[in-house]
Amino acid sequence: MREYSAFALLKNALTGNTGWKEAWRKPELKASYDVIIVGGGGHGLSTAYYLAKEHGVRNIAVVEKGWIGSGNIGRNTTMIRSNYLHPQNQHFYEHSLTLWENLSQELNFNVMFSQRGVMNLAVGPAQLDDFARRGNAMRLAGIDAELLSREQVAKVIPGMDVSASARFPIYGGLMQWRGGTARHDAVAWGYARAADRLGVDIIENAEVTGFLKDGDTITGVVTKRGEIRAKKTAVVVAGSTGQVMKLAGIDRLPIESHVLQAFVTEAVKPFIHTVAAFGGGHLYFTQSDKGSLVFGGDIDGYNTWAQRGNLPVVEDVMSEFVALFPGLARVRLLRSWGGLMDMSMDGSPIIAKGPLPGMYLNTGWCYGGFKAVPASGWTFAWTIAKDEPHAFNRHFTLDRFRRGLIIDEKGQGSTPRLH
Amino acid sequence: MSAHRAPTGGRIDRSKTIAFTVDGKAYAGHPGDTLASALLANGVTLMGRSFKYHRPRGLLGAGDEEPNALFTVLGPGAVREPNIQATRIEIFDGLQVESQNRFPSLSFDVGAINRLAGKLFSAGFYYKTFFGPEWIKGTRVWHVFEWFIRRAAGLGSASAARDPARYERMNAFCDVLVVGAGKAGLAAARDAAEAGKRVILCDSEPPSPAATAEFAAHANVECLPRTTVWGHYDDMTFAAVERVADHLADPPAHLPRHRHWVIRTKEIVVATGAVERPLVFPGNDAPGVMLASAALRYAAEFAVRPGARIVVFANNDTAYAAAAGLAALGSTIAAIVDVRPNPPEAARALAARAGAELIVASAVVSTAGGKALSGVAIAEIGPDGAPGANRRTLSCDCLAMSGGWTPQIQLAAQQGAKPRWDERLHAFHAPDLPSGWSMAGSAAGDFDLDEGLSAYPAPVFEIKAKGKAFVDFQHDVTADDVRLAHCEGYVNVEHMKRYTTLGMATDQGRTANLAGLAIMAEARGLTPPEVGTTRSRPPLVPVSLGAITAERKDDLKPWRLTPMHDWHLENGATMYNAGLWSRPMIYGAPGETIEQAYVREAAAVRSGVGIVDVSTLGKIAVQGPDAPEFLDRVYTNLFSTLAVGKARYGLMLREDGIAYDDGTTWRLGDNDFLMTTTTANAGKVMQQLEYYLDCVWPDLRVILTSVTDEWAGAAVGGPKARDVLAACVSGAKVDDAHLPFMGIVKGEIAGAPVLICRLSFSGELAYEVYSGAGHAAHVWEALMAAGKPFAITPYGLEALGTLRIEKGHVTGAEIDGRTTARDLGLDWMLSKKKSFVGSAMMDREGLFHPDRLRLVGLVSLDDRAINGGSHVVDSLDGEKATQSLGHVTAACFSPALGRYIALALVKNGRERLGQRAFITDPLRGRAGPVEIVHPVFVDPEGKRMHG
Amino acid sequence: MRITCPHCGRRDVAEFTYQGDANRLRPDPASTDQAAWNAYVYDRVNTRGPHREFWQHSGGCRAHLAVERDTATHAILSVSYARDSDTARAGRRP
Repeated sequence: MREYSAFALLKNALTGNTGWKEAWRKPELKASYDVIIVGGGGHGLSTAYYLAKEHGVRNIAVVEKGWIGSGNIGRNTTMIRSNYLHPQNQHFYEHSLTLWENLSQELNFNVMFSQRGVMNLAVGPAQLDDFARRGNAMRLAGIDAELLSREQVAKVIPGMDVSASARFPIYGGLMQWRGGTARHDAVAWGYARAADRLGVDIIENAEVTGFLKDGDTITGVVTKRGEIRAKKTAVVVAGSTGQVMKLAGIDRLPIESHVLQAFVTEAVKPFIHTVAAFGGGHLYFTQSDKGSLVFGGDIDGYNTWAQRGNLPVVEDVMSEFVALFPGLARVRLLRSWGGLMDMSMDGSPIIAKGPLPGMYLNTGWCYGGFKAVPASGWTFAWTIAKDEPHAFNRHFTLDRFRRGLIIDEKGQGSTPRLH
Repeated sequence: MSAHRAPTGGRIDRSKTIAFTVDGKAYAGHPGDTLASALLANGVTLMGRSFKYHRPRGLLGAGDEEPNALFTVLGPGAVREPNIQATRIEIFDGLQVESQNRFPSLSFDVGAINRLAGKLFSAGFYYKTFFGPEWIKGTRVWHVFEWFIRRAAGLGSASAARDPARYERMNAFCDVLVVGAGKAGLAAARDAAEAGKRVILCDSEPPSPAATAEFAAHANVECLPRTTVWGHYDDMTFAAVERVADHLADPPAHLPRHRHWVIRTKEIVVATGAVERPLVFPGNDAPGVMLASAALRYAAEFAVRPGARIVVFANNDTAYAAAAGLAALGSTIAAIVDVRPNPPEAARALAARAGAELIVASAVVSTAGGKALSGVAIAEIGPDGAPGANRRTLSCDCLAMSGGWTPQIQLAAQQGAKPRWDERLHAFHAPDLPSGWSMAGSAAGDFDLDEGLSAYPAPVFEIKAKGKAFVDFQHDVTADDVRLAHCEGYVNVEHMKRYTTLGMATDQGRTANLAGLAIMAEARGLTPPEVGTTRSRPPLVPVSLGAITAERKDDLKPWRLTPMHDWHLENGATMYNAGLWSRPMIYGAPGETIEQAYVREAAAVRSGVGIVDVSTLGKIAVQGPDAPEFLDRVYTNLFSTLAVGKARYGLMLREDGIAYDDGTTWRLGDNDFLMTTTTANAGKVMQQLEYYLDCVWPDLRVILTSVTDEWAGAAVGGPKARDVLAACVSGAKVDDAHLPFMGIVKGEIAGAPVLICRLSFSGELAYEVYSGAGHAAHVWEALMAAGKPFAITPYGLEALGTLRIEKGHVTGAEIDGRTTARDLGLDWMLSKKKSFVGSAMMDREGLFHPDRLRLVGLVSLDDRAINGGSHVVDSLDGEKATQSLGHVTAACFSPALGRYIALALVKNGRERLGQRAFITDPLRGRAGPVEIVHPVFVDPEGKRMHG
Repeated sequence: MRITCPHCGRRDVAEFTYQGDANRLRPDPASTDQAAWNAYVYDRVNTRGPHREFWQHSGGCRAHLAVERDTATHAILSVSYARDSDTARAGRRP
């Protein structure tokens, strides 16, 4: 019998819920591993899981500075989609989406992937054409997309102001019905538990303070809980990339750390059953299964390592939300938080071998990393195991900037605050 | 007076009666009452249902800590305000509220059936089920369960009705911000005021007579009652919300409902008090079980007896004082049950004064009653909180409990520093504070108690008897849930919080967090600080979205209007949002479709003369001795060679070699240029040029001035354009000799000075006429009058777009941040005589790739419209995935060609000219054959505009 | 966050636009050193701690400012006109 099921739940309920196993062990550090993964976030844990499951590498340590899932996997707006314009991104994110679709069964952990649709709201005919360009590109790549009229949009999200008298009247929307949301913490815990069951050591409170080197070659890491050696060391630490890579002697990268704030209201009876992004400014929103409205907007716009935002962005995001939902001015903001974003110079990620021998780097997720968790781990595991990229991540190299092979979804160039 | 209300005392005004309704049932109260106190005075104990198990709940607290008694405030009209604590609703005549999370009614709630499955609904149960077996692929199973979960989710419901209320934002500055107007806060405000400092004193409660009286005479103290400071932001910036009019039956029109305060201060005194903690024991959530401090507050402030016969249950001395107070205010204190074997003498004296039986080394182990408390069972306990066998029952209708005190340090903790653990108080103190910060009163752990009494509790938080013992009331998190989290390895405080949802309810876990932490610490054999603390983040209390939105609620972004705006409206224009600008899309005649209108307008330009408002173009005065050099650096082509009185089309790249913006720049004098940019990029280009002058080339002597709003422009184009100008321009000659292509003259139209440049976006003989914004409407009307004999036709953005597509001119749809000059066919503009921004990186291999998308024209071969956003493909294979060759950037019906045409970016497009291909738009079900052609459809030699 | 503009005084961050890392030196315009240009356009020090950066007082006097700010605490350590900064000085004509 599988560990988690309705039957197991019933059986344990009858025995006082004392029969459950730890979701992941709390092992001691070993002196050496085949692979060390620095970073126990969503991407690191999924990398460990796919290395163990797809490539048979079981002797893996995931070393995490604090508690697993303490980074962006535990502080995001949980949106999942593959509605990208560029083929380099489309195939990668579509692969991710297909992994998401069976993830709960695969991990035996309900990650609550709810395919309730992700919609981009267009505020003018020009923007609708722009979305059509994207939607048509998706359709040609075999990805689902639909263009909705204003009337259809109004039906999908009742209560939203779609009137012509709005400051930025909504003309229609690009919908990807297979997109949706998932329960963010469950993704970290689900991957951790599944990796643990395959023998992966997940070691919390083990901040990396240095790298072991043989010449230029990385041979392991120094952590607060001791040294460990491995032939392969993978760094997947999102917003902390700059700092961790400095420990390895890499002083500059095409990455800046920025803060993105996200917001949650008190729970109200669910009435928004989809995910939507508003093109009149920068706002995206959904409503959780608990009833909280969840939304976010722009990054604060300056380099920061403090997981703390500032007030002007709070005011901007609330204003846009209330403009769309004039009935919700009396609903109340309950929580806000700030996540560190590893903003790359073209808005697309890096999943590659290097930049030093023995090292593998996964970074540059900007604020789109959550939906990528399965495919990021899957392709990174492939790259680590085979020492070459999979077709899905072969464009996500570090040298693409030098070569001009940039993947710029927004067309903003090397100004991270605009991505 | 009801049996529950004392005849005298309290802050209520008995001379007036207020009528209000709950779920349609009428009640009465007095000015000064909260909904909580008024209902309690009416004998109501059941005030809510819990989130998961729908358990009946009453009041636990009397302030922001209240987790149970949540109501939806109704009105005005269909407006609803869900999840408001009864302790924060000041009643007024006509107040209508509705109870929540119950069906069909608060007293009979079918959702309570969930209680039967309590063990099944343990913490995190939903992670373990609802997703189906492995052989059912996809998310279908979960979607079925999720549908039911979403039906059950949420507390109150919101309304789609537009909130008619007004909100406003205030900026404030002070020397000292005092948060909390209790004894300590008042003292701090007094000291600061006497030192001559500017003080703002915020308090969440209605105005206190003490504060009002004391500071009435101080001009340097601003008292903000009903104001909660909810956020600390960088550099001593604080956000606060003032509930200005919620308590008024009929608020005057000048008052906003809420006011969003942004307060910048030099110093802050946090005097936010401490919250009493509940004890964790089976049945601790029954209506009638409340915090001892809350019970006392209802009696003292509102003259409401929380119970006729009260049992007090405590692990510290402060509850004894509450017992004595309650007794003095008319309640019978049946007993004080203390977990400690030896309460101090001063406490015993208070028990005697309260007339209470003192039962030591004992604890409440269960409660009886349901919707109203009828009694409690008590037992002796050992030092670990485990109850012994000796039990007795006490009858009572209120249990007043005290599990110790938690200083309210959240505001100070929002900086991110780690709070300090106090072993005696069993609570956290504020972290080490930077200069400018201080804590005062019980928020600092200073409880101001009578001699011999202490707020330090015995370290017993949980009574381990059998039954559901609640830690987080609103989210129904029990002590067993915390232990389950421990058993499953969710042992870090953050994992515990997320796994059990402890502390994530609307009360932000004020009464729950510490007990949860203590139970986890005990399970792990650690101290609470070793388990960790969760980070405190804004907002400290829930804040209405309307308050933070403030004036932007009904006015999201400013409008930008050109000086000719009114003329456009009066002359039948359909307006269109272009960024913040409002621009004419078409001037439709009655019965015309959009296509008919723009085709008529564009055809009029090609055959006669048209006029279009181009005031929105970005305009930058570039002046100074190094202006020519500067322009040579930022444009790809040369401007230093441009003659005075001439204009030139220019292209800018980004540093990475990608095309950025284009426009014409006019040389008005040796060192005086007028640069134009696209409408969309006006602000960005200005900012980028300023950046270069300030940060990269500081020695260039150039001054930039944005003159977008100073100059308004009208473009007059068509074979008869010169005739129109000749008819109205004075002071300058406009014939070909005096005003050749790209020439500039200064003259007058109808007495207003104008600057005229002969340049063409439409491809026709055309002029841009610029005038000061204040004269522009006048000049426009003069041009219309002069054009009347030539049937001058005003045209909008659609016709403008059509004319430019016909001429293959690029705009933002093609300069989309991903295309190079070469992609756009503009490589002729890349000077080889100089370096310029972008020149060093524009030749990277990726920007030269043969597969790059390049600008071409398309002609529809099936005489049907081509949709913007369509893709170009080699072959059509129904809906099947086909390799995209590129996409359509702009499309129209061309009156000049009589065909549907488009501009497109197509892979290696310049090699495909003359080839057949297809456009496909699967989203809108349109596909058809096209011919790939050169992007200049009309007059490729430029004879018309040079004519 | 507030920034003290040398011209306008202490103003809220909402009045300013972030103009990026000020540690990058733009290569000589005539330089064809691709590595240097790549470093200028794409590479960042991304410091945790005191960080030199440009801000424009876009809602005020429009001057660009060279700001040293602690990216871990958001404390502003120094502010001066950008045109006087080392980075800008390097762009002056020889």
